[in-house]
Amino acid sequence: MFEFCSDPSALGDLHWMACYLTTGKHIAFYWSFGTVLLLLAVTAPAALAFGFAGAMASRARIAPVRWIGTAYTSMVRGVPDIIFFLFVPIALDQLFEWLRHKTICPDWDQPVRQGNDFVVCAAAKLPQSSAPQWIHESYGFALAVLAFAIVFGAFAANVLSGAMKAVPRAQMETAEAYGMTHGQAFWRIMVPQMWVYALPGLSNLWQILVKATPLLFLLGVEDIVYWARELGGSKTSTFAYPHPDWRIWYFLALLVFYLLLTSVSERVFARLARRLSHGQATAAGEKLRKAAA
Amino acid sequence: MNYLLPAAAALALTATSALAQEVVRMGTEGAYPPYNFINDANEVDGYDIDIGNEVCARAELTCEWVTNDWDSIIPNLVSGNYDTIVAGMSITDERDEVIDFSVPYFPADPSAYASMGEVDVASAVIAAQTGTIQASHVAETGATLVEFATPDEAVAAVRNGEVDAVFADKAFLQPIVDEDADLSFLGEDVVLGDGMGIGMRESDAELKEKIDAALTAMKEDGKMAELLAKWFPEVDPNF
Repeated sequence: MFEFCSDPSALGDLHWMACYLTTGKHIAFYWSFGTVLLLLAVTAPAALAFGFAGAMASRARIAPVRWIGTAYTSMVRGVPDIIFFLFVPIALDQLFEWLRHKTICPDWDQPVRQGNDFVVCAAAKLPQSSAPQWIHESYGFALAVLAFAIVFGAFAANVLSGAMKAVPRAQMETAEAYGMTHGQAFWRIMVPQMWVYALPGLSNLWQILVKATPLLFLLGVEDIVYWARELGGSKTSTFAYPHPDWRIWYFLALLVFYLLLTSVSERVFARLARRLSHGQATAAGEKLRKAAA
Repeated sequence: MNYLLPAAAALALTATSALAQEVVRMGTEGAYPPYNFINDANEVDGYDIDIGNEVCARAELTCEWVTNDWDSIIPNLVSGNYDTIVAGMSITDERDEVIDFSVPYFPADPSAYASMGEVDVASAVIAAQTGTIQASHVAETGATLVEFATPDEAVAAVRNGEVDAVFADKAFLQPIVDEDADLSFLGEDVVLGDGMGIGMRESDAELKEKIDAALTAMKEDGKMAELLAKWFPEVDPNF
């Protein structure tokens, strides 16, 4: 980065530090904050969508749909995250490759499962072996988003179905009395009102999701915790910048980052709660009404 | 005309698959210096990487390095996310049941205990990396095993007094003990495993043939001894 960095062992403390903090590895560490934020930005809406679908399915009037919804929420919530993340992305990846294999290479005569090995024809590989590294990384990232969305969607489904049940029954009865169909009552009356009941549960989930990103490294995605551990670990003179165990400093930096993220999220959720309470038959809604009057 | 189009597509696909076979994705851990680590420029580096690159050059393969967590390094290989494991992995019977190994490119190196003072390794609390031959060895000796995800954390646990000693490959511990006055080797070295080899899927016989040929040639013309001497001054280069 700087010109004087060519021989790190001959540098004074300040220059050494400047060079150390701008090594290629540190730049990758700084970028990984972006990776984490991007993951959160993509995963949160995706998980909410899974949750909404799960909640709708678990209160469906058609029994098989209801069974699927209930099975999804209770099974996924019961499996430990780390097992889920070791298993599901690999299983999903194999499923996609198998489907492609069936369509692209119908003439393939060898079995797909050979002992422990999973072998598909080269053209069916996802991504192609010859694809540049960034495509492999994006694919891993997409699998991570999908796995996170499935796990957190199951928790969100339970939160949302609780919120749907919390909307006063009288509201729905009124809607029916006005002649709304079941679907109309659901979309026009229940959905707009349920969010205020769902918000505390969803904000919990968000905070858990924020802290769950270290699981990403199981999928080969390098997040901030991976880098803090890697950079902070003691380095012998095999490395250009040897240093003792500095993990505490790196983890302190992460602590600050996570506290900032938490405090920003808290503020956003407080504003959302205020907005959603407007005109609601809840204590918070009543308070807002009185304050306005 | 309608029949021609799928034929052309099939042709294009075979062309790409022929190309795709040339690229071999090399999996490594990137956290085990001097075998494999991420250097300050954020590139994989170490003995494993030099060996891998030399093998690829000799076998005329295009190689791409990928890092993966130690815990999931074998599942990702058999599921086809990369084609080899070059991560200082010792050849053991248990692993050989799941994957195939090349001829060894590193001798059956002694593992050693390192600690900050005298302890009885038969009854002490010993740190080792999860899923390594050292961890299985400690579990068999009757000592209390504490497992860590990375070798660096296992060493850090000794330094901060969480465990009495760490048990790892001697070649990994050597520079750490040399540069830390508080740490010293303890007791006798233990030789485990049958050397380190490049891991491959059992169905990849063709790749194994190429890699074995390249490794054998490297061993014969002295390239392997040269690389060993570069990274491991303490290890006998002519194993």
